[in-house]
Amino acid sequence: MSSQPVSFEESVPDNLKGLVSDWSSDVQTFKVRWSKAMMWIFLVSDTFIFGSFLSAYMAVRLTTTEPWPNTSEVFALHVGGADIPLLLIAIMTFILISSSGTMAMAVTSGYKKQRVRTGVLILLTALGGVAFVGMQMFEWSKLIFEEGIRPWGNDFGADQFGGFFFMITGFHGLHVSIGVIYLTTIAVRVLQGRYDRLDDYQIVEVAGLYWHFVDLVWIFIFAFFYLW
Amino acid sequence: MYEGQALYHPKGWWGRYVFSQDHKVIALQYICVALAIGLTGMFLSLLMRMQLGFPGLFESIDAGNYYQDVTMHGMIMVIYLLTALFLGGFGNYLIPLMLGSRDMAFPFVNMLSFWVYFLSVIILVCSFFVESGPTGAGWTLYPPQSILPGTPGADGAGILLMLGSLAVFIIAFTMGGLNYITTVLQSRAKGMNMMRMPLIIWCLFLATFLGLLAFPALLVGAIMLIFDRVLETSFFMPEIFKGGEVLNYGGGSPVLFQHLFWFFGHPEVYIIALPAFGIISELISCHARKNIFGYNMMVWALIAIAGIAFIVWAHHMYVAGMNPYLGFFFATTTLIIAIPTAIKVYNWVITLWNANIRMTVPMLYCLAFLITFLIGGLTGLFLGNVAVDVPLSDTYFVVGHFHMVMAVSPVLALYGGLYHWYPSVTGRMLDDRLGKIHFWITFVGTYLIYFPMHYIGFLGVPRRYYSNEQYDFIPESVNDLNQFITVCALIVGAAQFILLYNFIVSAVRGKEAGSNPWGACTLEWQTLESPPGHGNWGDKLPVVYRWPYDYGLPGATDDFVPQNIPDEQIT
Ligand code: HEM
Ligand SMILES: [Cu+2]
Repeated sequence: MSSQPVSFEESVPDNLKGLVSDWSSDVQTFKVRWSKAMMWIFLVSDTFIFGSFLSAYMAVRLTTTEPWPNTSEVFALHVGGADIPLLLIAIMTFILISSSGTMAMAVTSGYKKQRVRTGVLILLTALGGVAFVGMQMFEWSKLIFEEGIRPWGNDFGADQFGGFFFMITGFHGLHVSIGVIYLTTIAVRVLQGRYDRLDDYQIVEVAGLYWHFVDLVWIFIFAFFYLW
Repeated sequence: MYEGQALYHPKGWWGRYVFSQDHKVIALQYICVALAIGLTGMFLSLLMRMQLGFPGLFESIDAGNYYQDVTMHGMIMVIYLLTALFLGGFGNYLIPLMLGSRDMAFPFVNMLSFWVYFLSVIILVCSFFVESGPTGAGWTLYPPQSILPGTPGADGAGILLMLGSLAVFIIAFTMGGLNYITTVLQSRAKGMNMMRMPLIIWCLFLATFLGLLAFPALLVGAIMLIFDRVLETSFFMPEIFKGGEVLNYGGGSPVLFQHLFWFFGHPEVYIIALPAFGIISELISCHARKNIFGYNMMVWALIAIAGIAFIVWAHHMYVAGMNPYLGFFFATTTLIIAIPTAIKVYNWVITLWNANIRMTVPMLYCLAFLITFLIGGLTGLFLGNVAVDVPLSDTYFVVGHFHMVMAVSPVLALYGGLYHWYPSVTGRMLDDRLGKIHFWITFVGTYLIYFPMHYIGFLGVPRRYYSNEQYDFIPESVNDLNQFITVCALIVGAAQFILLYNFIVSAVRGKEAGSNPWGACTLEWQTLESPPGHGNWGDKLPVVYRWPYDYGLPGATDDFVPQNIPDEQIT
């Protein structure tokens, strides 16, 4: 055992030292591309948008004068004579999470510079997004036309249910749709070989960040709307 | 400019001056549009003052369009003038130059940011020309009244244009803001570590962060309010009886809107105040020829302010009623935020101690800012306490307070900044004599306007009232004071044209400024050409060797050592 006194520098854990040196370095704080840094900052801001939506929803749900509709009844799917609660939404959630998986695979193969594989995986991810939005449209039309739920009212309980549901899932669906366009653009560029020429696939990871974020947000929406 | 890629070069006149991606041109575009709409905001305030000072003199001012004036004045000043001018204008101009980079991280997005901002201003202006006029709901836009018939602009497109314009503004701000943050974090000159950044860069950086986290709450509030108005959802709308009839609403929470609004609204005060702090820090050090006192403390105080700014918002809602424990919490945090703020004021004052103060126009503005901000801050401490706020809220005391702290103070800093950096933009100095005349009228005039407002607030004169004539509790003498305030306001308003004149004439006829007229250490004065050209730095990026406040360094030839001078060269 050494009896040398430990200097302050040495006593600081390595990861903390890394943090300090990152923040006190010149030129770049984070050793990442500008686009990636920018995407992270955007996502923090976007988190606050969804956070505000969901807090507003929770606040109103706790203070409405009428009781909140029974969600497992409203969202049930009628299959073969039985009402199965949460069936559709379970499938949608499964698809969206799987698309995050294919996105992660695309990022990995992007770093290995496998052009075709990366492009196809991104397209697959976008396809997952399209399926998700499609099923969401199905769910919306079922709620609107069969259950008669409107943004301004419904027969199941508090008026705000429809408003919040359509507003928040719609805002999320908008994110998914924008993501689909974004991913398709990236995929086309990958397949055209643009990033091979630049010798740089990092944009795939940046797009991946966005996609994982949209996926993560869905988990919260799912929990707050369907499970609560 | 993608890192490692060549700088974008504009093609033709349109590319260079209109759809320019150069941060300096974008900054100027922001400044011009913001000043133009700000002039409109000032004009509206003078209309209100005419009505308050000389009731009935203008028959065209009725209660309805008085409220519209109040609302549009408040919103224009806070959002479209000060936020846009500080971050879009000063932020765009100073961040790349002071950090020694060639441009913002994403110049194209930066250009879009300006044009989207321009669009939001157009939408705002459109609301003056729709049938029922702009919204008259007060700049806080509280539902239910903001969207119910009876409030000006509520049954027409006025309120919708206002909310839509805000949403568009937020998009513009986000595009610009992402750029500012990325540039500060990722694109500094060699040697420019975070603790060598000029304080104004810290301020702009943190203000942008506040904006990126606070504007989302306003966006959400605006979207929900649009839904309530257009789709008749009841997010914010309780059951309402009007003329004996039940409206189609029920079960919503009006207080929720207040929470969303002020979760944005309080940080917004600091989005305006922090850049003002930054400008003062730069100016005071440079024009007093002395290093800023306590740089590290200044940075940590800023970070503390930015953090605490998110947990004080409900001090605007005491009169809405809340759980006493909640009131206690928000009063406490409000008083706590005064500590880092006071640290900053002390540090500015100590910077002046024994300094070689030059009474230039920017220095005059610094001194005026210090006093004004101190006064506004002190009345803020009163209002932070629930028991004091409840009787004073919604009186002219509050109007006096917030104009001192978030209208006059930032505007003084803004003017100081404009006088200071004008030579960097145009290569010419502003006229000193006109500058001093403008300064004294503005400074003394604002005190004559806002001090009496505190007093009539104590007498109980309510805020946002079109006319004070029918109320017994308002003494006769208030009318005389109101007349006096109005006359002062007219003079101050007219004096702003001296500044405008000075701007235009000096651009052509001003004294040649040379490259570094104030003898400042920061990088924006050390460019190859002055005014700085496209790409800022010629072939070679600057290298930074020291912090930005090396004034009066012992042994140096000059009384200042710019940041890009190595130790070997200072003698
Ligand atoms: C020429 C200088 C100015 C004058 C004479 C002036 C005057 C006024 C007056 C008379 C009111 C109405 C008070 C009431 O009845 O509640 C008002 C409200 C307001 N002013 Fe100013 N003002 C000036 C500059 C500014 C500036 C630079 C700002 C920027 C922050 C500002 C922000 C506001 C706000 C936020 C309101 C509240 C609006 C509302 O109640 O909805 N003002 N001002
Ligand atoms: Cu506040």
